[in-house]
Amino acid sequence: MSFANVVRRRLILLVFVVFGVSLVTFAISHMIPGDPARMMAGERASNEVVAHMRAVLGLDKPLAVQYLAYLRHLAQGDLGISILTQRPVLDDLVLFFPATIELAVAALLFAILLGVPLGVLSAIAKDRAVDQVTRTLSVTGISTPAFWLGLLLIYLFYGRLGIFPGSGRIDGPPPLHLTGFYTLDAALTGNWPALASALAHLFLPALTLGFVHLGIVTRQIRSAMLEVLQEDYVRTAKASGLSRAQIVLDHALRNALIPSVTMIGLAFGDLLYGAVLTETVFAWPGMGNYVVQSIAALDFPAIMGFTVVASTAYVLVNLAVDLTYMFLDPQIRAVG
Amino acid sequence: MAATQKTALGESDPAASAAPGVGGIDWRYIRYRLRRSPLAMLGLAIIAFAAILILGAPWLAPYDPNRLDLLHRLAPPSLAHLFGTDEVGRDLLSRIIYGSRVSIPVGLAVVGISMGAGTVLGAFSGLVGGRTDTVIMRIMDVVLSFPSFVMAIALAAALGPDLVNAMLAIAIVRIPFYVRLARGQALALRERPYVKAAISFGARPLTIVRRHIVPNALAPIIVQSTLDIGGAILTASALSFIGLGAQQPTAEWGAMVSNGRDYLLDQWWYPTFPGLAILVTAVGFNLLGDGLRDIFDPRLRGR
Repeated sequence: MSFANVVRRRLILLVFVVFGVSLVTFAISHMIPGDPARMMAGERASNEVVAHMRAVLGLDKPLAVQYLAYLRHLAQGDLGISILTQRPVLDDLVLFFPATIELAVAALLFAILLGVPLGVLSAIAKDRAVDQVTRTLSVTGISTPAFWLGLLLIYLFYGRLGIFPGSGRIDGPPPLHLTGFYTLDAALTGNWPALASALAHLFLPALTLGFVHLGIVTRQIRSAMLEVLQEDYVRTAKASGLSRAQIVLDHALRNALIPSVTMIGLAFGDLLYGAVLTETVFAWPGMGNYVVQSIAALDFPAIMGFTVVASTAYVLVNLAVDLTYMFLDPQIRAVG
Repeated sequence: MAATQKTALGESDPAASAAPGVGGIDWRYIRYRLRRSPLAMLGLAIIAFAAILILGAPWLAPYDPNRLDLLHRLAPPSLAHLFGTDEVGRDLLSRIIYGSRVSIPVGLAVVGISMGAGTVLGAFSGLVGGRTDTVIMRIMDVVLSFPSFVMAIALAAALGPDLVNAMLAIAIVRIPFYVRLARGQALALRERPYVKAAISFGARPLTIVRRHIVPNALAPIIVQSTLDIGGAILTASALSFIGLGAQQPTAEWGAMVSNGRDYLLDQWWYPTFPGLAILVTAVGFNLLGDGLRDIFDPRLRGR
């Protein structure tokens, strides 16, 4: 299959996925108990007023017509009005989006920077003490409830030691808004106190979210390295007298990283999941925190808006990762 | 007959007896390999311990998990209350022991539902092939492309905050993994003479799925499901933590961590011990799952 063909197939799939997500959220918003028309009209409104509201909302039309109207609104970026904040859901999400991405990127960086060396170490020292410790660490990472780890870290570093803040994104006014990422904005504007505060606030949440992924990254790199180390070209390199470090870094790791790209990309979906929990624990003002508060308030437009945006972001990230993978893998590129 | 052959080969080298036992799986070989993997044995020990807690909760728990004791609210760990008490004086150790009766069966049920539905659907899809197969697999592609936790949140929120609803939500989004797995096996097995023979005799597809495909595809499915149980327990407790799963006064680990959160800084033990129970249980299933994967995956053998 050629490169262009794969891209075409994936784009078609993307359309179906977004369509599927919209169908699911539409179905869900019709499954929820309670009558939205009555909710909008108010508890004590007369039946006539409720009927009028139903007509205004289009709820008296056939389902298919309602769905098309819903799709049209989605296409225009209209996700409805949040019951909790009384603002358009899209505006809310745009406001909270950078905080989530900042946290996810920091966590992913932590997981990769620590996980890749650990995975390599584990593979070259297979079944020795280092390997056993690393494997135990990675199983623990995968099995740790992020929300619980966050609480422990808050207790230790904020409650006991008092060296890191326990909640929020920053103390004092946020830096000038450029990208919405506080760390980046502060660095770009040379606002060093804000940068220090933003980094301090980011540390514990990123550690929490990153630890869970550390396990995934380490495990993936380890098994990819084990596979690659058995390849003929590694044996050839050994036979030709290259140093161990050269073989591991130049020959093995480079090839082990290629299949790992997909894995780490898929982990982005789990990052979204972990972010919801981590943000809740650290009162981190991102989309996850927003959706949990919406759940508590039964704010369905907000919950469904989050579902649509998060799902679309997830699909787009996966598409980007897969294309990167195909680009990186010389075998696929050559055949394509 | 396979059994006599195996004895003839002798007990000394069970690894050599590759003859499959019941359901295409050689349980003796698995036992043999598991005993040589300390981490997998640790996982098995944790699961066995959890099973004892589930079965023996009424005898093992020192107190009634729902008994209020307002005189001993938020008591620190002591000999009377090993894990301390919560904000209404309930004994945390007892609640954690009883919590095993909620969290672990939920994890098992989630995996049972997704594995059962996914395996049958996948085996059927692979066996029948053609347009039916294409349609089923495209739908699964779409479901797989959803971020599962986000969908579970949306589903659980819509169905109403309740443990059974949370369970269903998690199970549904996990079905495609098993569909893919079982379909792959079915595609390979479809070409086997005995399946071809069954088809030519006019056996119904679902009969073939049940009699031939599922038993022979069990190994990878067991590995996947063992690894999944830990994840399902984590997800269910996470949904409870954000208020979409178990509700008061159910002694559920995630909900206990959530309640204990308000007392973190002064009563650290309250959220800590229930969370530890989640972690240890998940570690148990993941260690066993890892061990089983090493045994079943021929590519990893001897590594």
